[in-house]
Amino acid sequence: MTVTLIFLALLLGTFLTWIVRQSLNVRPWASADGPSVNESDSLPPAATPARVGLAVFLAAVTSLFALSISAYTMRMELSGDWIPLAPPPLLWLNTLLLVVGSVGLQRAWDGARRNRLAQVRSGLKLGGAATVAFIVGQLFVWMQLQAAGHHLVTNPATAFFYLITALHAVHLLGGLIAWVRAMVLASRGESMRDIHVSAELCALYWHFLLLLWFILFGMLLVT
Amino acid sequence: MARLGHEATSYAPPLEMPEMELVHPKTFIGKYVFSQDAKVIAIQYFITATSIGLVALVLSILIRLQLGFPGTFSFLDPSSYLQHVTMHGMIMVVYLLTALLLGAFGNYLIPLMCGARDMVFPWLNMLSYWTYLTAVLILVASFFVPGGPTGAGWTLYPPQAITPGTPGYDWGIILMLVSLAVFIAGFTMGGLNYVVTILQARTRGMTLMRLPLTIWGIFMATVLALLAFPALLVAALMMLMDMLAGTSFFMPTMIALGEQTGYEDGSPLLFQHLFWFFGHPEVYIVALPAFGIVSDILATHARRNIFGYRMMVWALIAIGGLSFVVWAHHMYVSGMNPYFGFLFATTTLIIAVPTALKVYNWVLTLWKGNIQLTVPMLFAIGFIFTFVNGGLSGLFLGNVTVDVPLADTYFVVGHFHMVMAVAPIMVIFGAIYHWYPKVTGRMMNDTLGKWHFWITFIGTYGIYYPMHYIGLAGVPRRYYAYGETGFIPDSVISLNAAITIAAIVVALAQLLFFYNMFHSYFRGREAGPNPWNATTLEWQTEHTPPHHGNFGRELPVVYRWAYDYGVPGARHDFIPQNVSPDDVETLPEGQEVPAR
Repeated sequence: MTVTLIFLALLLGTFLTWIVRQSLNVRPWASADGPSVNESDSLPPAATPARVGLAVFLAAVTSLFALSISAYTMRMELSGDWIPLAPPPLLWLNTLLLVVGSVGLQRAWDGARRNRLAQVRSGLKLGGAATVAFIVGQLFVWMQLQAAGHHLVTNPATAFFYLITALHAVHLLGGLIAWVRAMVLASRGESMRDIHVSAELCALYWHFLLLLWFILFGMLLVT
Repeated sequence: MARLGHEATSYAPPLEMPEMELVHPKTFIGKYVFSQDAKVIAIQYFITATSIGLVALVLSILIRLQLGFPGTFSFLDPSSYLQHVTMHGMIMVVYLLTALLLGAFGNYLIPLMCGARDMVFPWLNMLSYWTYLTAVLILVASFFVPGGPTGAGWTLYPPQAITPGTPGYDWGIILMLVSLAVFIAGFTMGGLNYVVTILQARTRGMTLMRLPLTIWGIFMATVLALLAFPALLVAALMMLMDMLAGTSFFMPTMIALGEQTGYEDGSPLLFQHLFWFFGHPEVYIVALPAFGIVSDILATHARRNIFGYRMMVWALIAIGGLSFVVWAHHMYVSGMNPYFGFLFATTTLIIAVPTALKVYNWVLTLWKGNIQLTVPMLFAIGFIFTFVNGGLSGLFLGNVTVDVPLADTYFVVGHFHMVMAVAPIMVIFGAIYHWYPKVTGRMMNDTLGKWHFWITFIGTYGIYYPMHYIGLAGVPRRYYAYGETGFIPDSVISLNAAITIAAIVVALAQLLFFYNMFHSYFRGREAGPNPWNATTLEWQTEHTPPHHGNFGRELPVVYRWAYDYGVPGARHDFIPQNVSPDDVETLPEGQEVPAR
């Protein structure tokens, strides 16, 4: 549980600092004296509801993966039957695809910021295609493992490999729903404000899942 | 004016709040079924959670019939007994309490109390309810599948949960795990809304430190839930894989029904860690909203500002943080390193500090207050009793050496029902009596409410207090029947019969409540907009019940905290949050506030 506890300590520490800063010099019982009506404790204007919503969701997703990593390390230590699984080399190519996916969505986001609809469209297309290719690539990895005799039940290390890669892929698939929405908005040429919000959320989510993949892949390589 | 201590020049002029675009459907289905109005969603949550809660209540009576009068009822066999215990526990904790406190009260109160038109993501909010309903239906389906629901105990410990021979091995356990996963997905959607709405959609002047404690409680509980439910999700997914695909995450090498299973070397202890990493914060997911709500009920009905508001907020946060580092106190008897046990006993006892602070502050709020013994107030005071009672027995169980002999006895059943079943239910009833006039526009009947309170309060003591003695006598929990057991005296058998009678009386008393709720909806006294003379924004709406959009053309502007009761110099004993210092009616010098 160390991994999860470190994550939670960081998260709650940040939250606590923010809350204490908001509340230390405040006299809640005093009515309407200047600063409290000045919205001094509001989040900065850049923190739009959509961004904050995404951040909160990512915190929950991080908790899910931190717990999966904790379960992985605990299961490894608690029993003596763990046989490490060498991750197939195809994963390197898949990682590259995911990087391309992230770059594509970043391009879309940049395009939306600069009001360039064509760039948004091409970025989204590149991002979506690379992501689909990544998921197909992960399926190929699974098939390779099956062919090599590494089934779900072979060993807990294999079972965890399938579980963790599947969880990650499911989150990408969920992201693709948001991506479809962004695509629809962009292809219909809806207002750039809506497209911007949509593309930005996709890009941030993809960067997060890429970072997460680096951590998961690193863990699979090291252990 | 000077006596009120305000500087008339210092308030900022009301600025324009960004207005939400609300969906205003014209059809019945759009308005009441697939509604995006948080208030309608709240009522949908309320109806669903209460309905499934009533199923769990009936199950508890079946459990008590067996324990009070063993062997009398042929429809209760060992398997069905275990199934009833399991379903009762899981439904009450997750599908009733969590859904009611966060789904129902959260949805109704967050936008209204924060001064928002609706939740920030209304469509997601609607989806959250329908996902929750799906989870409930999957759970209910398990009553009708071959083999019935799972009987693994509400903690679903492996290897028992997925070993042949355990009731519900065929389908029950699968449906339970799937239902939990769906519930968590639905909750995450709702939880996102609660957190973002509280952070982003507060009206002008509603600073964090002016939020009513109800909102603080719901906020912290939601944060805990968003971080803790993933532990249950991971555990459920891994157990599903063990069950369906034959992996060995949790399942050890073992023989079941005389045959070697295919499992190898899995760790049941890993499940316990994951389960309780969710399970302990879950206690506070239920408790923190109750803490918040009870603070507001006490302040309103004692006509007194809450004692130590900032301390109350920090205590909520401290309890939330600490709740993540106490999980292994549920596992003292799982065979852990003694130093590990010492660590968790220490953190467990530390969490008593902020909790005790809250209790002191509630009592100090009542001190010299103008206490109105209304029905909500009775329930709130009842909560203080039951919560302190359950909390004190928790101090026993938090210590490893005391817990080891008591862990598997009725002492634990008495403890956790007192602290996490009766206490939050007291608050829920108090909250319903308190906010019913806003939701329906009518008052609930006072006499019926008082009967309901006294029977429930005394009755629940009649149920759970004796369990502590039965536990101290060493009577183990979870057993269907004790047979010819030498160490169990006859008095325990008589007590068990008495407990069952008390349980039936309490269950029947709930009919009073439901009758009152339905009857008052049609025949109750008109409530008016603010029958309790409360300060918070939900009582200041233009319409009662509030229309979609909550407030009139303009959102309210907040000038003060939610606890301006009995302000010296003010003509009335309460000043609503949206009354500016200029508009406060004052008394002439030397005149006292009239008693209500």
